[in-house]
Amino acid sequence: MSIDVLVLAGFGINCEAETAHAFSRVGGTPRIVHLNDLIAEPTILESVQILAVPGGFSFGDDVSSGRILANRLRYRLAEPLDRFVQAGNLAIGICNGFQVLVKMGLLPQLSGEMRQEVTLTHNDSGRFEDRWVHLVRDSKTPCVWLDGIDILELPIRHGEGKFLAPDGEHLTQLQEAGCLALRYADKNGAPAAGHYPENPNGSMDDIAGLCNPTGRIFGLMPHPEAFVDRTHHPQWTRQSLPEEGAGLAIFRNAVKHAGQR
Amino acid sequence: MPHRIEVGIKPGFRDARGESIRDQIAEDLAIKVEEIHVFDVYTIDAQLSRAELERIRTELFTDAVIEHSTIDAPLPNDFDFAIEVGFLPGVTDNIGKSATEGIQDTLGRPLTDRERAYKSTLYTVRGVSHETSDQIARNLLANGLIERWSILSETKFAATKGEGVLGVPTVQDVSDATVAEIDLEVADDTLIALSRDNTLALELDEMKAIQGYYRDTKTRVKREALGLPTCATDIELEILAQTWSEHCKHKIFAANIAYQDEHGNARAISGLFKTFVKATTDIVNERVNWLVSVFHDNAGLIRFDDDWLFALKAETHNSPSALDPYGGALTGIVGCNRDIMGAGLGCKCIFNTDVFCFAPPDYAAEIPERLMHPRRVLRGVHRGVKDGGNQSGIPDVNGAFVFHERFLGKPLVFCGTGGLIPKTVAGRPSHEKGARPGDRIVMCGGRIGKDGIHGATFSSEELHEGSPATAVQIGDPITQKKMADFLLEARDLGLFTSITDNGAGGLSSSIGEMAETPSGAEIHLDRAPLKYAGLAPWEIFLSEAQERMSLAVAPHQVGALMALANRREVEATDLGEFTDSGRLDCYYDGALIGSLDMEFLHDGVPTMELKTVWNPPEPTPDIEVIEDDWTTALQRVLGTYNVCSKENFVRMYDHEVLAQSVLKQFQGEENDGPGDAAVIRPVPGSNRGVAVACGIAPKYSDLDAYAMMACAIDEAVRNLTCVGGAIGTIAGLDNFCWPDPIQSDKTPDGEYKLAQLVRCCEALHETCVAYDIPLISGKDSMKNDYKIGDRKISIPPTVLFTAVAILDDVRLSVSMDAKRPGDAVYVLGETLCELGGSEFALVYDHKGGTAPTVDTTANRALYQRLNNAITNKLVASCHDCSDGGLAVALAETAFAGGLGMNVDVSSFNLTPAATLFSESQGRFVVTVSPDRQSAFEEAIGGSPYFHVGTVTESPRFEVSAPEGAVINADIFDLKLAWQAPLQW
Repeated sequence: MSIDVLVLAGFGINCEAETAHAFSRVGGTPRIVHLNDLIAEPTILESVQILAVPGGFSFGDDVSSGRILANRLRYRLAEPLDRFVQAGNLAIGICNGFQVLVKMGLLPQLSGEMRQEVTLTHNDSGRFEDRWVHLVRDSKTPCVWLDGIDILELPIRHGEGKFLAPDGEHLTQLQEAGCLALRYADKNGAPAAGHYPENPNGSMDDIAGLCNPTGRIFGLMPHPEAFVDRTHHPQWTRQSLPEEGAGLAIFRNAVKHAGQR
Repeated sequence: MPHRIEVGIKPGFRDARGESIRDQIAEDLAIKVEEIHVFDVYTIDAQLSRAELERIRTELFTDAVIEHSTIDAPLPNDFDFAIEVGFLPGVTDNIGKSATEGIQDTLGRPLTDRERAYKSTLYTVRGVSHETSDQIARNLLANGLIERWSILSETKFAATKGEGVLGVPTVQDVSDATVAEIDLEVADDTLIALSRDNTLALELDEMKAIQGYYRDTKTRVKREALGLPTCATDIELEILAQTWSEHCKHKIFAANIAYQDEHGNARAISGLFKTFVKATTDIVNERVNWLVSVFHDNAGLIRFDDDWLFALKAETHNSPSALDPYGGALTGIVGCNRDIMGAGLGCKCIFNTDVFCFAPPDYAAEIPERLMHPRRVLRGVHRGVKDGGNQSGIPDVNGAFVFHERFLGKPLVFCGTGGLIPKTVAGRPSHEKGARPGDRIVMCGGRIGKDGIHGATFSSEELHEGSPATAVQIGDPITQKKMADFLLEARDLGLFTSITDNGAGGLSSSIGEMAETPSGAEIHLDRAPLKYAGLAPWEIFLSEAQERMSLAVAPHQVGALMALANRREVEATDLGEFTDSGRLDCYYDGALIGSLDMEFLHDGVPTMELKTVWNPPEPTPDIEVIEDDWTTALQRVLGTYNVCSKENFVRMYDHEVLAQSVLKQFQGEENDGPGDAAVIRPVPGSNRGVAVACGIAPKYSDLDAYAMMACAIDEAVRNLTCVGGAIGTIAGLDNFCWPDPIQSDKTPDGEYKLAQLVRCCEALHETCVAYDIPLISGKDSMKNDYKIGDRKISIPPTVLFTAVAILDDVRLSVSMDAKRPGDAVYVLGETLCELGGSEFALVYDHKGGTAPTVDTTANRALYQRLNNAITNKLVASCHDCSDGGLAVALAETAFAGGLGMNVDVSSFNLTPAATLFSESQGRFVVTVSPDRQSAFEEAIGGSPYFHVGTVTESPRFEVSAPEGAVINADIFDLKLAWQAPLQW
């Protein structure tokens, strides 16, 4: 069975090509679709099993990162998107795409309603940074995208990736629902405990990625599509690494899961 | 009435932007602010109901989790002063523009053309006076050329009741649509005044050539028939000035030069470009088979593989960056991107490079009028390039920061871009293009405003009192990104026959150039979309408003092109058509307002006649140093601004978007060692790659401009060699930045600077031919001087040499970090006493000495042997030996690997200073696994190599040099010395 993936493009999204490439490497059939073409023909969503909102600088990150694109999706595609999610399909938001999913209320969606519950804001450093980080999966998360992954390395490239929940109580609820899927860690996989640069942005509880309570909608600040080959890793000339980059497993999980349904 | 929404971080949450600005104020201005908070202010000039305002406040402008906000009421409290910074009327306001789109989305209804949102930023400060607040605003938060600010105490701010004091920045400065006629039948000094007063930047003989054109009977008869006045119209004179500007026409590189060398040998040079640049490529083209299109397009194109072509271009944006570092640099990078988008039928941009030259950031003397402190210039330029690249989704893969006191007069901002295009698009060879008579002229992208008028001519002059502020502009990466996506789609559908960018000179330049193929064009300027009303026709034609490309579109495809543009929300406008009339005709409201003969426009500029004699400066003695602490000497050299780590700044560039990266800027155990060249693999599924490097050596210019050029090329080639690039696969690109080389009252040493230029061109030619490097594109910027009053600052003559090598297999690339304890350490190439201009000489404040010479024959043999060793996997690490010399290259190799090194170079027949710090060219530091040493030595044999030591587990860096000199240091201390200077 062909697993069709809609990779969103346009308005400053800029990782659509490599995101589509990652899906095609693991047997998915990606299709890059401009947002305006999707708005003109929302039924495209009914013909795909996975939706990807790639990284980039949608609308220049003006006003706040992801906000304007999030609003456009919410105002123009709320119903088709809701049907897509309710049907048990999968979605991923990477970096700016994660910010979009959070700000439109698709993640973490603890309330079941499409409204913003948490946020991603300016890094504590006050600057955009490109650096590689270590990540660990929360052992209790139902996130299907992270099946079988314990620890991995990926690059982050953002200026507004600091995760904040409104308060500690909310954070506990997210933890209990298994939404706190992915955390920044040190080299050995121990929690970054807020230390820079292991936790590169000051995220609460070292959070790097969130899923919804079903585990099928996933968003993360790091870029799994930027580590699909050994030579993407900054130390491939020093270490013995498998030919396949560790980020690819995330895409493979999704295609596999979509195929099992 | 306009409404105002103020947004701030809720109490209890961290204001990271505020903290970051507070730190910057402390570092750059040495002012301690107790507390500073940042608020975003949106002034919305639109008819909105209270409910609508509330809706956009909550759903668009406020992040309910961490922010709070007000409508038409002051938000901040508990501060001493509120500093609000907003744009001047007409300045590009990207956030305001996005906010306007966001408002329409949120309300689900369109706003009128005049209704829009404007962004300003409010800073509340505590613990400083009104006067100090003003100093902070003036010197850090705002640039008076593009922004305005107000400062209010808390009481006064509260009293504004949220109305704000800056008001709505609507454009008031209105020109009318009348066309002026200019009488050229005037005295010579009036012609000169006319040129200077109107920023035409034309010399007297050029003004006289124009005078002659209008005097010519043929012209007179033609103009009468067309109904045009005998005099020139304003638009005609402006088009001529732009087309003939040094910036666009490169008149100095085309000049006839009577040259005499230091031995008295005379040589007639008919054009530096033809004699040295083009000739290089012509010669090398006989030896390589991968050149596709050079010199006549926006960027050079070479073969990448059987299916793809690769394009490369680099540009400078020095003059605008001097006045507005952020906007100037941002426009620089997105402008260079457009050159690639306009190369062939339109390439996709796949990487950026950036090289900046500044005065040292600790510059302590007084800053001359109209200039900014180098620290501020550095921050602004860096931020501009960062935003331009990051927001466009183009990785920044390679670059340099270079420091020299004379870059105070003009910073140099080099922006480069690489691109890729399928060999065939829509059934046509992608490198062939050309407008045909009857094709429509379509402009797409941004709208036209008064921004950037006279950019081409302004940058063809020195920076002076009258340099126009309007030449400054701010790029809009998101408008350009939308256009870039649209153009790639349109290209693949075969919807246009030619494409070029609107850069310097705006439509005048792009249409003027495109019209050369069909030989004519007819353009209707009243059809051009404007940002605001009130532009004179000539302003519309000359404006350098950003983010615009011009297309030639077959009439039957205009409909399809417009429909696609509409779906992608890209503005595209039909402005007229290409013709074969032999004339460039400009209309406004149906009336012909200017018409120029194409031949005169493009070929009428008089060729300059120049003369010069090379009198080499008196040789000065080499540096002699009495030093007994060589460990400290090494730490000082590691900490010079040229050598030290730029990681803090480089990490702010996205260098991995597009997922092509193979070798990144920073390498090694902690990803913090300085890489030599970038390697990318641009086509998924293929292991072919592109290595990208640069070389730049202005520090040798004063000693020998020939050495400056040869060393820059050698450095770039060495960098490529380090990562696996091979002679025969390298293409080069030259960007000249020179001080004015024309002898005149204001440039009494013009002849000397011209002789330096000739020597530099000789070096370019001889070195590139020796290394088989074709020059595939290039640019020159010739008036990099500052002159106000008696103060004149001329930059050191500088050439950036950008080089790329196409790699067969990126998996064979080598990084610079030491890999394993026990590996053997080699130095390849001869070390000579060449301390002139070195970092060591800089540290010991010595001006003279001998600049390095480049032995291209020996080096070429070594580079080929080393490449052989690398492709046979005999090399564990390879690092270029350049700024700072051998000691620096060895130390960097060690600490990047997180390993120590034990080295003995005591048998070098040189002083300790020359052994450790001479900057002789053609050298590498290489580490080799013990089991490959004999194979390695066999591969290199025939070239000079020196087995000097071993990589060690213990983190000590120990060097024995001649005369008992030693270095003995902890590698982490050395790394710290190298990282500390630009850690801000």
